[in-house]
Amino acid sequence: MDGRMSEERKSSPVAIALAWMIVCIPAAWGVYNTVLNAMKLFH
Amino acid sequence: MPFLSFLDMERSIAKPGFSRWLVPPAALAVHLSIGQVYAFSVFKNPLLALKAADGSAWSLKEVGYIFSIAIAVLGLSAALFGRWLEMAGPRKAMFVSATCFGSGFLIASLGVTSHSLALIYLGYGVVGGIGLGLGYISPVSTLIKWFPDRPGLATGLAIMGFGGGAMIGSPLGTKLMALYKVSGHQPIAAAWVTMGVLYFLFMMFGVFSVRVPQKGWKPAGWSPKLNHSALISAHNVDVNSAFTTPQFWLLWIVLCMNVTAGIGILEQAAPMIQDLFKGNVSPVAAAGFVGVLSLFNMAGRFFWASTSDFIGRKPTYMVFFIAGAALYLLLPYTEHLNSVALFVLISGVLLSMYGGGFATIPAYIKDLFGGYQVSAIHGRLLTAWSTAGIVGPLIVNGILDHYVARHIPKQEAYPVILHIMAGLLVVGFLANLLVRPVAERHWVPSETPVVAGGR
Repeated sequence: MDGRMSEERKSSPVAIALAWMIVCIPAAWGVYNTVLNAMKLFH
Repeated sequence: MPFLSFLDMERSIAKPGFSRWLVPPAALAVHLSIGQVYAFSVFKNPLLALKAADGSAWSLKEVGYIFSIAIAVLGLSAALFGRWLEMAGPRKAMFVSATCFGSGFLIASLGVTSHSLALIYLGYGVVGGIGLGLGYISPVSTLIKWFPDRPGLATGLAIMGFGGGAMIGSPLGTKLMALYKVSGHQPIAAAWVTMGVLYFLFMMFGVFSVRVPQKGWKPAGWSPKLNHSALISAHNVDVNSAFTTPQFWLLWIVLCMNVTAGIGILEQAAPMIQDLFKGNVSPVAAAGFVGVLSLFNMAGRFFWASTSDFIGRKPTYMVFFIAGAALYLLLPYTEHLNSVALFVLISGVLLSMYGGGFATIPAYIKDLFGGYQVSAIHGRLLTAWSTAGIVGPLIVNGILDHYVARHIPKQEAYPVILHIMAGLLVVGFLANLLVRPVAERHWVPSETPVVAGGR
């Protein structure tokens, strides 16, 4: 399923994980803040 | 300029062994940044409180235009520059987007310090708006080329980022303003300079990491289904031809109706829940309700777009229009049942479909018109969003104003508004029902048929 080409240097799994972390950390911070805000509805 | 040669399309072609899973983070870096526009409201009150040297201040209407200009320019630039993007490639388009979006903040901050609304319109509205439009459509074609087997999932991920961008932009703007206020700086101007630099750098991560696949590349072990739906074309249509097809305009209506109906709730979410459940929902809880809707909006983008890979695009929109219309008709009855929980749940599902409509449309375009110029076609289709952004609030505010002017309680206006939204979804249903495969005369001539995505 992983779309890679037949030969040569494959992308490092560490690089892939790092790339996802770069975008997921700020996104998670945003979701966390929104969840905190949303909790006010249930108080 | 030679130092900008890294932006050339040839320099962004992936080398053998490159993993396609590095591309969605590049797209997300752009969408998480530009999604900040939906958090612009955090600057509204601070801008209204600003005083010029002569003691004058801006009106709510004048400040409101900043967001409206940005969204209008988003639609225009996406429509105008989509074709250029297809030729220049995603890296160059993302770079221009990052430069415009970042420098838009910087120009607008000058507008704050000099108390010039025109500079803020120019910076955040026009220059930033171009960054929004280009950034919104820039990763779409590329993601579809990398994920021909799951175009809905790939574009849904990116467009989910646009929903998530507001969740980052809102606390970021608020916290930066608080920080600069304590340190004695002009809070809005300093926050905008910081945000301009931060967003530029974050988007540059996307610029450097995005790659386009080599010609003819396909995922290992994947081959297009031979007996796929007639609505998944194996042929390409260019943007100018697509613009003349009934399918383009039917999708335009589909998107416009879905967005207009969603805006009906989004626009009035906090006051509506307080008006309908008087005494049961405090202003603080109403703000929490807006937060719940944001989460449903974001999650719906990913959920519905990925689901469309399995059930097909047309059936996905059928769900939005049939279930959506029924839920809009049901929503006023939650007041009679005095059930806040049911109201929140139904509104959440409706908002998930609103987000899902945005996220599924690129894959629908790809199915009908092929993968050749998806970004450019998507760009032109986004004028439906701009239209809905004007029509939706006009309907909602027009009806509310009418009731208030006649001293009729506002809560009596909401069932009317929600029934109109249900009616709009019926129009969308009919448009979606009429979607048929694109006629052969519109196909790009003398081409080799391209691979079609599996459902």
